[in-house]
Amino acid sequence: MVLLTLLAAVTIGIIRIRNLFGVVVLGGIYSFLMASVMIVLDAVDVAMTEASVGAGISMVLMLGTLYLTKTEETVPAHTPLLPLFVAVATGAALVFGTFALPPFGVADTPMNLHVAPYYLGNSIQDTLVPNVVTSVLSSYRGFDTLGETAVIFTAGIAVMLLLKGKRDVKPGPKRRSVRR
Amino acid sequence: MKFDVIFRVAAKILIPYMLVFALYVQFHGDFGPGGGFQAGVIAAAMVIFYAIIFGLKAAQKIFPPRIIELMVPSGVGIFAGAGVLSLLLGENYLNYSPFAQDPAHGQEYGIILIEIGVLVTVSGTMVAIFYSFIGRGR
Amino acid sequence: MDLLQTIVSHYNHWIIIFLMVSGLYIVVARGNMIKKLVGLGLFQTSVYLLYLSPGKILGGTPPILSPQFTVYSNPLPHVLILTAIVVGVATLALGLALVVRINEAFGTIEEDEIFAGEEDK
Repeated sequence: MVLLTLLAAVTIGIIRIRNLFGVVVLGGIYSFLMASVMIVLDAVDVAMTEASVGAGISMVLMLGTLYLTKTEETVPAHTPLLPLFVAVATGAALVFGTFALPPFGVADTPMNLHVAPYYLGNSIQDTLVPNVVTSVLSSYRGFDTLGETAVIFTAGIAVMLLLKGKRDVKPGPKRRSVRR
Repeated sequence: MKFDVIFRVAAKILIPYMLVFALYVQFHGDFGPGGGFQAGVIAAAMVIFYAIIFGLKAAQKIFPPRIIELMVPSGVGIFAGAGVLSLLLGENYLNYSPFAQDPAHGQEYGIILIEIGVLVTVSGTMVAIFYSFIGRGR
Repeated sequence: MDLLQTIVSHYNHWIIIFLMVSGLYIVVARGNMIKKLVGLGLFQTSVYLLYLSPGKILGGTPPILSPQFTVYSNPLPHVLILTAIVVGVATLALGLALVVRINEAFGTIEEDEIFAGEEDK
């Protein structure tokens, strides 16, 4: 598909560009293209979440970090031959493995045959909710959602602990001072 | 600056619609795409938009940090509390069947309740993280 | 046209592998911490595509039940990836908070400069 090729092009841009502001904007474009690909793949809930979270919140947080660290460009590094070789070797091994996967869009793969028809068939009579993703997320697999909400809560608490105290104005040798 | 006026007028028109859209996505999560997470992020985006246009102090006067910090654990509390409520009514933990007269309606009410819990936690956390980042550089 | 059919049926797997490998390359090879976090996010989104693309059934609709459709795409990967996206943004926020504190403690966010500064002590 054309969208996937655009994704690959944006990724090459993210690797090569050094100005961090441009990298963050390209990340937002990447999230928007990813949401469009997800809509083509019939995943509408996931596309809405990816668009709002990836192109919204994560761009805002990265711009906030750029504002606080005042860094705009990376320095040129020594030639990274070993990581390039490792990355290409991993990619080649994975491509060799994809020839055993079932082709795209077929309906009788093992993942579509066991649990999914049960959820699609019984969602209305068990929960009266037509959106199968919501009923699976909240009712059939509600424990996972409880864990996920706990993860968001923990991340919020941790960020508040890290960033809410008074700011140490001098960097350098660390003074063990008690905050707040 | 002239551009300042454009942003203020546009923000004053857009912000109520963002709140209404967030609540629409939350309550229509049963019948279309949506649910608690998307609605929470859209509501947080509304607060962040207001803070960017009108300044952090004005935003913190309308959405005080104390209330936002209180929202973060209370959503998890609503979610876990729904589970405890079903324990008290005689079923397993997080089984919403006893909430209404027959199991199917009970499940529907339970789903609505926990989606509200998820909305409160997600929007509170996103706004609290934003306040922490921007409040650091003062 | 066996080659063309192979390309059409596996094209999205290869793009997913390209995204995954480039995310890995950014994390390993670049020294700037914010760029590393962007690369980590790139890796995570390629894994989302890896889970979502086998769930699509050609000729199906999104999994919202309605009396006029019979074939639906598989809803189970959507549920898992929804959780994964939100957990991903939580870890990104935490990583960025750590970058801000590292910048305050060391004065820089380049990995090479931090290592050079630590070796001098």
